[in-house]
Order: sequence, then structure tokens, then C-alpha cells
Amino acid sequence: MDAEQKKTLIQALAGTVIAHAEELTALDQAIGDGDHGLNMKRGFEAVLAEADALAQKPLPDALKAVGTQLVMKVGGASGPLYGTFFMALGKEVNDAPTLAELSRALAAALAATRARGKSEPGQKTLLDVLTPVLAELEAGIAEGAADLPARLKARAAAAAEATVPMRAVRGRASFLGDRSIGHMDPGARSSALMIAALCDALAAAAPAEPVRPAAVAVGA
Amino acid sequence: MTAGNVGIVIVSHSPKVAEGAADMVRQMVGAAVPLAWAGGNAEGGLGTDVAAIMAAIDAAWSEAGVAVLVDLGGAETNSEMAVEMMEEGRRDRIVVCNAPIVEGAVIAATEASGGSPLDVVRRTAEELSPV
Repeated sequence: MDAEQKKTLIQALAGTVIAHAEELTALDQAIGDGDHGLNMKRGFEAVLAEADALAQKPLPDALKAVGTQLVMKVGGASGPLYGTFFMALGKEVNDAPTLAELSRALAAALAATRARGKSEPGQKTLLDVLTPVLAELEAGIAEGAADLPARLKARAAAAAEATVPMRAVRGRASFLGDRSIGHMDPGARSSALMIAALCDALAAAAPAEPVRPAAVAVGA
Repeated sequence: MTAGNVGIVIVSHSPKVAEGAADMVRQMVGAAVPLAWAGGNAEGGLGTDVAAIMAAIDAAWSEAGVAVLVDLGGAETNSEMAVEMMEEGRRDRIVVCNAPIVEGAVIAATEASGGSPLDVVRRTAEELSPV
């Protein structure tokens, strides 16, 4: 991956978080302390400001630096959670990973994030998006799927939607008990947004195979 | 001298809560324990800030270790993150206590002022938590 590609991905990632800050804050106001959008915006503005320098780094160093920025700048619980994810990913990945290597590194990053949040899937958190999307990636790799970005994006959106009927067990939303039911988890939404932006950027960069309509339906 | 006693760090989403809890600790133990607080996000709003937590741990550093008292989720997660980012050799002498922040800080400091080791300070604070 060259510097220009890395910069495109960083801009896609930061851009979607910044553009959706108000929506994320509104989701967090419903079931949390209402700071998710602003916190994430602050963190990703710091990342965006360094996009050129980050893009010059080897992939592992760039990911670790993104993670460190999020840890130091985001402030809420999402800072250490997303920060740990990117820092662990940077630690596990090499500079030019194959899809299979990337998938293994993502699995390790996800495990580190679970440990940081002392949480499991099913508790209405970002894990409820990241976990099924990783499973989709693993399945897609096994099948040799040509439409991976579209599948991952669709899986992420559906997974975020699936947090609506969940009852929060972790974080501030857990104080609400049953009243947390009926709202999408803000962290699940921000995860889905970032995955969608990355998938769109990757699909735009490498429109390798024509996407078969039937394959899209599987992911949707 | 305070060098031998466990240090206390208070981490709240609110600078006022953190500072107020620290005032209550000072009233109880005076200068007998190293004490510092961190409260608010990097912009001064409600939240917690890893860099500020690391600075507070440094400020309250004691060779006997540091007990960190936190309020809500993000304060705990960010404090655990801060501990991991501290230099090696210090990390294993910092504990984040599962205790109510104000009562926990006061009783932990009181225990620390008597020269108790870190694990006793922590246990004393955590006895306040409902199981």
C-alpha cells in the first residue's frame, strides 16, 4: 500500500466520523452521556491533521500512531477502545499484508478491544459490529469472494441495526437497563460508519471484479 | 515524609468532583500521602484524558505505588489505558480500585497514611464496593 492509498483511507475514516458527529452524539444522548460524536470528532480531527505524516509511515507504524492519537484525544471510553483496536492492529499487521494476514491481525485487534472493554458480543457495544464483520471477512476469504467490500459494508450496517433491540450491559447505557432497548448503540454505529467508509474507499481504489447482484443480496 | 506511603490519584469526569474529592482527602490526611487528581477532557469539558491521568500518576508517584480512584466507565477504561502507557517498572505498582470515588479515596488515603502497602490500601477501598 503506497502513501497515497494510506492517505485516502485515513481521510475516508476520519471524514465519515467527523461528518456524522452530530448523529453519533444524538444516539449517545438517547442512552449515554451524549459525548460520543464530539469525542470521536476531536480524535479524528487530530488524526486528519496528521494524515500526510501518517501516510508516509509503514502500515504498522501508521496504525499504531492512529491508535495513540485516539487514546490521547478522544477522552471517553471510546478513545481507549478504538485506540486499543488500532494499536493492536498495528502491532499484529505487517507492511503489506495478504487478506488472510489482515484477517488474523484484525482478530487479534478485536480480542484486545474486548479485553480493554471487559465486554462480550451481545452487550450492545461496538463489538456487536466488529465481531460479525470479521466473521464475514473470514467467510468471504474462504469463499474467494470478489465483492468483499460490499459484503462487509452491508454486514456492518445490519449488525449496527441489530443493536437496537439489545439491552446494554456495559458502559453508561447499562444504567438505563431496559430503557436502553430501542436505540442503536452509538459505538456500533460509529464502527459501521468507519467500515462503510473504508469499504467504499477500497472498492473505489480497486474495482477488480464486476459485482454480481446475487452476491450483494447475500451480504444485505 | 510522604515518600514511603502509597500515593492516591483521583480521576473523575468532572474537574470539580476530582478536585473536591482531593480536598476531602487532604483534610483527612494532610500531606501524609502523595495526592493528585485528573478531571475533565482535554478541552476542559466533562470527560477523562489519558495524558492528564498519566501526569497525575507521575505527580503522586511513590515507590510504594499509587492507588487510582475513578468514577464512571470511561474514567476506569482511560485509567487502565494510562497505566499501560506508563513506563515499565512503574506499571505493576499502580492499581485502579473498584470503589466509590469519594469514600474510596478518603479511606484509601487514610490507610496509606498509616504506611500500609498498596494491596492493603486497595483492599480497604474495595471493601466499600457492593459485591
